Parts: sequence; structure tokens; C-alpha cells
Amino acid sequence: MQIIDAANLDYRAVNEALRGTGSDYLIEGCLGQRFIAAGMSDKNLTINGIPGNALGAYLNNANITVNANAQDAVGDTMNEGKILIHGNVGDTAGYGMRGGKIFVQGNAGYRAGIHMKAYKEKIPVMIIGGHAGSFLGEYQAGGVIIILGLHKDSKPIVGNFPCTGMHGGKVFLRGTCEDIHFPKQVTARHADTKELEEIRKYLAEYCSDFGYSADELLSEPFTVITPDSKNPYKQMYIAN
Amino acid sequence: MKIEGQVRIPSGCAISAAISKDGNKMSGEMIINSIKPMHDRSNGLGGGFAGYGIYPEYKEFYALHMFFDSRETRKECEAFLKERFEIVHSEVIPTRKIPAITAEPIIWRYFAAPLKSVLVSLQLEEKEFVAKTVMKINAEMPGAYVFSSGKNMGAFKAVGFPEDVGVFYKLEEYEGYSWTAHGRYPTNTPGWWGGAHPFTLLDYSVVHNGEISSYDANRRFIEMFGYKCTLQTDTEVITYIMDYLLRVQELTLGETASVIAAPFWSTIAAKTDLNAQKKHTYLRTMFPSLLITGPFSIVFGFEGGLMALNDRLKLRSMVVGEKDDKIFIASEEAAIRSMEPNAENIWSPAGGEPVIVNVKEGAF
Repeated sequence: MQIIDAANLDYRAVNEALRGTGSDYLIEGCLGQRFIAAGMSDKNLTINGIPGNALGAYLNNANITVNANAQDAVGDTMNEGKILIHGNVGDTAGYGMRGGKIFVQGNAGYRAGIHMKAYKEKIPVMIIGGHAGSFLGEYQAGGVIIILGLHKDSKPIVGNFPCTGMHGGKVFLRGTCEDIHFPKQVTARHADTKELEEIRKYLAEYCSDFGYSADELLSEPFTVITPDSKNPYKQMYIAN
Repeated sequence: MKIEGQVRIPSGCAISAAISKDGNKMSGEMIINSIKPMHDRSNGLGGGFAGYGIYPEYKEFYALHMFFDSRETRKECEAFLKERFEIVHSEVIPTRKIPAITAEPIIWRYFAAPLKSVLVSLQLEEKEFVAKTVMKINAEMPGAYVFSSGKNMGAFKAVGFPEDVGVFYKLEEYEGYSWTAHGRYPTNTPGWWGGAHPFTLLDYSVVHNGEISSYDANRRFIEMFGYKCTLQTDTEVITYIMDYLLRVQELTLGETASVIAAPFWSTIAAKTDLNAQKKHTYLRTMFPSLLITGPFSIVFGFEGGLMALNDRLKLRSMVVGEKDDKIFIASEEAAIRSMEPNAENIWSPAGGEPVIVNVKEGAF
């Protein structure tokens, strides 16, 4: 384990230190440095302090653990690997993510999972323990987003306009979500046994990371949202 | 070279703020530190600060902070001011010569009170008179620019990175109960001293991260009421909208937020609280031209408080935290942690959800 004291380093210097030959790193005193571990592979990184925006952007099979909150655009366009956040994430977590996992113990800001996509064996997975802000899964094209609502602080599990522009992938919200308004172009229904089996392996991993019980989580109903292929989004902005 | 207001270049920023609800004074050094971890959000073309409670010895007087392009302009402007104001004190604003800040204009401040005889003859209320005078100088007196005009508060701004601007203006020598800060990345204009944030009018100040798309619609409407947008920059129009809604129309801060970041009609229609539904419908109907669209996160400063607000779609980031008597607001949590490493209850307000912080009555 190599230790990087980030106190007086800018983001270039932090990333330069991370590009060393070692595989296990600990960043201490992180305070807003952007692009940490961008595009990196084969590293195990733990961060103490607050990482800046675009943590793990283009991540290519590295593991990042943050012992606090993270800011905006965590895992922007990440390809492979895993980002584990023991706190909240800001806006646009998993922006354009196309592989790997983002597991968040706390809440997510606006536009979590915007434009996530999937291709063959590449299926990105994002799990948020608390609640998510408005525009969850906006323009989602693939992958799996799961919101658990474990600690909502009396807020709804998701804000306004969830799944706007969705045309692929799945969103799972724990609970029946009767008071949540979804757009007409998506279908929200109770997740069936097969779908719950699909997400069990992800939830089991999440629970082992954060110390919850997957069986307990799955004992409550989940709502699954998918695009309505009979009534897809078209001509959202212009007639073309 | 063409100056700001003559050029338009069709792109981000950093904001931060701290306030003590008990009115406890904080040195300007803290707010400078807050902006450092957000260095990369700015590009060196503007930085600025507003401090409240910084001029207790002159708190009854309007503190006019001014830029001049030459000694002659200053003399001319002072003659103009003396016909309208009693100036109790005037001086160069103390600055430090540092390599990072160059090409500074002449920077003065005047502590002044409008002459009673002038107010009587014009039949104007004091604040209205001061606002009109600021508009007149900024629009009609080339080379002179009022960049701060409130009582017991002041804006300090320049072209440069904000942390350097703070050093330039010796902000560590000031103490205020409330501070805001801005790092600029000018998007539509080239970046001149006057165009740095905060934008101010009377005791109102705005720091803004974003780029509003309703600028011209808002400008056309607000200019009908005597405001003059001289710099083509969106923050200027936001400042005048705030002044119009709060001071002229006497709306509350919450109502003002509901006008400029009004919910979607569909969100209003879905409200279960019928009074709230009625209120939002009324405000959107009354002031449709003051809806601000496009991305913004602002911190609005005023005597005795702050309001933070995001656009209704929340296209910019904003984080709030607290510790003891203090509330912190910033574009990034890192900025808050640099002011108070042990800040608690870090949260992000929703789009259009105002965060209003008032200092205890009598404590400012």
C-alpha cells in the first residue's frame, strides 16, 4: 500500500502519483482534486477526504473506495471496475457509464445514471442506498439502476421526472412507488421473481460491501421501470 | 481592445459563501481559502467577493466602490457625486501589488449619504435615488463604474483568479458576518473588472455559476423599469430582477425564488397543497418574463442574510453544510470542507428550492 498525501497536490500531481508501478494506493487529505484515477486500470485505491468531480472517469477496471461523500459526475463514462462510496454522491453519477459498478451507501443527486448504456456482456450497475434526485436514469439506454430508499429522511425515493427519455435498460425502485409519476413512454410495474433473481447477485455484493442483508431487502416489493416499446420516445424536441 | 459590453463571445464558475446566524464576524481569509480547491472552475478572467458587516464605523452611509479609467474621470464623477451626496469619507481602496493581478483601474470608495434637499426636490425615496444614481453613472459616464453601493457591505472584484483577487484586496483585514465568493469562467463576454462577480445594487449582491438562456427576455422586461444592463452579462440582469421583485414589488425571498425558478406547470398542477398551487400559479402568471431559464446556481447576499438557489432543472451543482452558528454554501463540498473540515449535514438543495439564511435580529 502506497500513501499519497494530497494536501498540497493538484489533480495532475495526484494522478501522476497514482500512475506509479504499485497497485494499491491510499490518498489522504483529498480535497476537491478532479479526475482521480481517470482511465486507470488494475489499481486498488482508497480515498480519505472529498474527491473532486469526475472521480473515476473512463475508469477501466480499477477499484475505488471513498470513505466520505463524493462530488459530481462519479464514474463518468466508466468502462469497467468498481467505485464504492461510503457517503453521498453529487449530480450525474454514472454519466454515460458503459460498464462496471457504482455502489453508493448514501443518496444520489440529480440525473444519476444519465445516459447509461450496455452492450453484450457489458452491463453497468449502479446501486444507491438512499434516495435519488430528479431525472434519475434520464435518457437511459442500458444497464441496471437500483435505488433502495434505505434512509430517505422523509424524502421520496426519487425526485421528479424519473426515467425521462429512457429507451433501454432497467430501473428498480424498492417499494410500490404508487405516488411517483412516471412519463407515458415507460412502464412501471412490480418486479417479478425472475427480475428479482436478476438483481439478487448485485444486491448480495452491495450488502456484503455495506453490511446489509439481501434477503431483507428483497423481502419488500420492487418496482421495475422499463421503456414502453409500443410507445417509445420519439420526436421529443423536433419533428424529424 | 474592446471592453466588456462591446463584445459577445458565445461556456462554468465557482461560488461559495459563509454566514454566521449569530452575527459573529469572520475574516475574509476564510472565504479566500474556500475558493482555492475550486481553482479549476475558473480561468483567471475574474474573481470577487462580497462582505457584509465590514464597515461598522460607517454603517449609516452608502459605501460606493468605484472603478475609474483615469484621474479626470474620477474628478468629474466626484463633482457629480458631491452635487447629490454628502461624502463623509473617501479613499483609495487599499490593495497589494502582486504579479497575478495587473492592469488595475483606479479603485476608490466613498462613504456617502444622499442630500436631503435633493431627495425632497426629486420626491424620491433614499434607496431608489441611490439605485438611480448608480444606473446613471454606469450607463452614462464612460470610464466610471460603481461596483458596490450598499450600506455596511462591499464587493471586491478584479480580473484574475479569485484567490489572488482576495490577496490583492487584503481581505484578511476585513471582518464580516457574511461572505460570498466567486471564481469566474466568462462565457459570453471577454472578462473585465466590472464584469467580475459579485454583481451588486444597494445591499444586494449576486454570485452566479451558470449561463442563463432567458437573458434577453429578462433584460427587455427589466429595462422597462429603469434598470440598464450595461455589460451583456447574465448576472447583472439577475441582480436587477432581485432588486425589482424584493425592493420594488416587495415580494418575500421565497416568492422571488418561485418567480425566477418557477416550477413546471405540470409540477404546479400536481401539488396537493392547494394554497401553494394557487400561489405558484399567481406568481408565474404575474411575472412570466422574469422566469430565468437555463443553468444557474446563485448565492444572493443581502443585509442580514443569504439565499442560495438553483435553476429548476438543477443544471449546476450546489452543496450546503453547517457547523454551530455557521451555514456554508458552495459549488463543491471541498470548498465547504476547506472552511470547516467538520461541517455537518451536508446536503444538496433541489432545483428551485431556495435556502434562506437569516442572521438573528439585532445581531448585524
